[in-house]
Amino acid sequence: MQLTLWTYEGPPHVGAMRIATAMKGMHYVLHAPQGDTYADLLFTMIERRDSRPPVTYTTFQARDLGGDTAELFKSSCASAFERFQPEAMIVGASCTAELIQDDPGGLAKALALPIPVIPLELPSYQKKENWGAAETFYRIVRGLCHPGSRSADFNPRSCNILGPTALGFRHRDDLTEISRLLTRLGIAINVVAPLDARPSDIARLPEAAFNVVLYPETAEPAARWLEKNCSQPMTTVIPIGVSATRDFIAEVAKLAGIDAGPLLAEDASRLPWYSRSVDSTYLTGKRVFIFGDATHVLAAARIAGKELGFDVVGMGTYSREFARPVREAAKALGLEALITDDYLDVEAKVAELQPELVLGTQMERHIAKRLGVPCAVISAPVHVQDFPARYSPQMGFEGANVIFDTWVHPLMMGLEEHLIHMFRDDFEFNDKAAPSHLGHGGAKQEAKPAAAEPARIEAKQLSGWAPDAEKELQKVPFFVRGKARRNTERYATERGLHIITVETLYDAKAHYSR
Amino acid sequence: MNLPFRSADQGQALPGCSGQPVLKQRGQREVFCGLTGIVWLHRKIQDAFFLVVGSRTCAHLIQSAAGVMIFAEPRFATAIIDERDLAGLADIDVELDGVVNRLLERRPDIKLLFLVGSCPSEVIKLDLKRASERLSKLHSPRVRVLNYSGSGIETTFTQGEDACLAALVPDPPLPASGTAPSLVVAGALSDVVEDQFTRIFRDLGLDDVAFLPARRSSGMPAIGPGTRFLLAQPFLTETARALEERGATHIAAPFPLGAEGTTAWFKAAADAFGVSDSTFRSATDAGRMRAAMATAPHREALVGKRIFFFPDSQLEIPLARFVSRELGMELTEVGTPYLHRQHLTPELELMPQGTVLSEGQDVELQLDRCRAEKPDLVVCGLGLANPLEAEGFATKWSIELVFTPIQGYDQAGDLARLFARPLDRRTRLEV
Ligand code: SF4
Ligand code: SF4
Repeated sequence: MQLTLWTYEGPPHVGAMRIATAMKGMHYVLHAPQGDTYADLLFTMIERRDSRPPVTYTTFQARDLGGDTAELFKSSCASAFERFQPEAMIVGASCTAELIQDDPGGLAKALALPIPVIPLELPSYQKKENWGAAETFYRIVRGLCHPGSRSADFNPRSCNILGPTALGFRHRDDLTEISRLLTRLGIAINVVAPLDARPSDIARLPEAAFNVVLYPETAEPAARWLEKNCSQPMTTVIPIGVSATRDFIAEVAKLAGIDAGPLLAEDASRLPWYSRSVDSTYLTGKRVFIFGDATHVLAAARIAGKELGFDVVGMGTYSREFARPVREAAKALGLEALITDDYLDVEAKVAELQPELVLGTQMERHIAKRLGVPCAVISAPVHVQDFPARYSPQMGFEGANVIFDTWVHPLMMGLEEHLIHMFRDDFEFNDKAAPSHLGHGGAKQEAKPAAAEPARIEAKQLSGWAPDAEKELQKVPFFVRGKARRNTERYATERGLHIITVETLYDAKAHYSR
Repeated sequence: MNLPFRSADQGQALPGCSGQPVLKQRGQREVFCGLTGIVWLHRKIQDAFFLVVGSRTCAHLIQSAAGVMIFAEPRFATAIIDERDLAGLADIDVELDGVVNRLLERRPDIKLLFLVGSCPSEVIKLDLKRASERLSKLHSPRVRVLNYSGSGIETTFTQGEDACLAALVPDPPLPASGTAPSLVVAGALSDVVEDQFTRIFRDLGLDDVAFLPARRSSGMPAIGPGTRFLLAQPFLTETARALEERGATHIAAPFPLGAEGTTAWFKAAADAFGVSDSTFRSATDAGRMRAAMATAPHREALVGKRIFFFPDSQLEIPLARFVSRELGMELTEVGTPYLHRQHLTPELELMPQGTVLSEGQDVELQLDRCRAEKPDLVVCGLGLANPLEAEGFATKWSIELVFTPIQGYDQAGDLARLFARPLDRRTRLEV
């Protein structure tokens, strides 16, 4: 039993949902209680998808437990097939259904549906979201691909792109960036999967010469299977950061048998010059702490050290499946990697290290906010803010530009930092203040009563707020409190009221809500 | 799987739509489980902590439902059951003790700990009642430990609050000579609403009013024979039962939403305590007028518009009554996860004749009905809102109606605005 305040990953069936939702023509029938339908909001609210995830939940209840939950599963499966007419289906259990052992795979098979039905075994009490996504993708690839189906005259300059899912951290933009890069190199993209792939596309995977693995967390088991069974080599470099992108270009060029020289000769990213420009001198030796999924942490450590000149003072990951490479990378920096999915351990580590910048997930954003340390988000778990409207990949040369901006933005700008040291006692410009370009920044400012309340002074004949009205006002949420105060005072002044009472407050509220 | 219209209570003589047949369905339900209540309860009771004993799914649900709403460190967590616990390799009592110790060490300010049961804890028949009694002894007097279930196999969304409050109703009952307050208001309300209500009760001459839950664990009202209670929320079936078991009596009333509901709610209390008409009017007239003034502009925007409610919080029926009677909206279908007829009779009597009520859900069929109805506004959960918007419907997330202060006179305008804003937005946008 583990005490968990926040969890970095959802349960493994949420990983399966990320695969099913990424695809087209796929449907997932999940044996689960009603509350598990919350997972839909991850896709419709956080990712702002415009359609429901293709998932049917059986939503069994306590009273079904004594009866026939298996029958409920079968009827849900049959009606999902009828209604959605998918090309293929995946079926499985959530944590609760796992305990009642209904065998969704066997039940679905008994229905003898005229489409491939792929059973999933995702041990909920042992594994987590990324593992679930990887396992699901692997099962789908195994279930739908036929080794040896590649024709003899296949295009040696063709690849599949494997890994992007629904709810992935910048997956859609990364895919655009890397697709462009491959196309410029003259490499044909056979299939992208799972994002936007249909089951029929999965069956075409073996036609490509090799596989580009963008996210090992979700695609590695499938890519290994394809390597072994369909003789498709896979890429190993993740193109995040300038140097890694260049290494990636060299790697795919070699796999495709082409010359990467012309592309590598271009100045494709602004990061190198920005990082060398004198304004960036102040970045030198900034102490950073890095935490997230393994792929992004490994990339971030390389960028932080070699492309921005930071000191990495701590790093770690919640991806236990990829603990090894993270440990090795940490060791190379003389550090011991923090491998944990316990938010409290990470919090303790950040508090102990007192870094100047945290590169982490939404969880570390909480930690950093509390400790007053600047933070940039580099990895899932995702938040609605991690799906920006603008194009903002992490991968490729444009990704490197985006990373430069997002990591440097939370920090004090060069001269500002000096001024703060010079005038430590300035009451609103001290080392507790947020960087000036982050105007409405942290919670620290909220604590102070808002300084800007000019209406109080304007209100000549208004002598003020009755204590209970003032108290009442404090119950208004802070982000609209200023407005409520101004409106009430305007209302009182216009009516020549001397004292604002609780009644005035609400009279004004009613007045202005018109 | 879908049952036909209920044929039993087709009574014609009942007022409003209280005798209306109800469309009962069983299919996929698209609703949260009772754990979700923790999202607001943990902020309401300031020295309480909610420890869910469940799976990673449960932890993920609460954190996803809480999402951006958490400004401060949450007073909830999950003790995640793992395979060692299931395989019997670990002693679950020892494990739970360890988790609770770590937690209380970290949060010395916690005075009340709820062990909250989940689907997994229930399916494996983990006895959280026994565990809470044992832990209570262990940590007494510093911390009291209670338990309830928020599991999805037993509770839907707001039923978690019901289960929590039922667990809070203190035992043993007070002796007849005890000091139980004469009026208890059950149901978590935002602090600002509670304070407004307290003032109105005071103007009615009722000073001895307590709220369940109180803001602090030490302030939970004693309940005894002679206590009367009003429900501030429509989903408190178990809480009402627990209060009655302690000898308290229920004052039946509509719920305090909108000017009419608020007036009727206070009136029920006033009548129960023999408050004179003139006192009642002087305590409520100003509020009623303010509410009317604040809702009027929204009524203009909403009158005649057609609204469809998906089942979510059990607030649907009182809300439907409000939007139809005070905002002039036309009800297409009003869905509710459960229909507690007795508590809702005063509401149903106010509903327009012929309102289509549905209980339970088959979300696919309900979406079909919604599309066929083409309402102007759909009230639905977070999973459905954006997909429906993409289909061209204006939607209002129902969860906002649970997390926003909407009760009472001075929130009537805010409540109306919640319905008006999605439509207002559509008239502004040109993209
Ligand atoms: S439905 Fe059950 S398993 Fe799912 S989150 Fe709720 S309590 Fe946990
Ligand atoms: S209606 Fe039923 S549950 Fe509600 S208070 Fe009366 S008897 Fe109790």
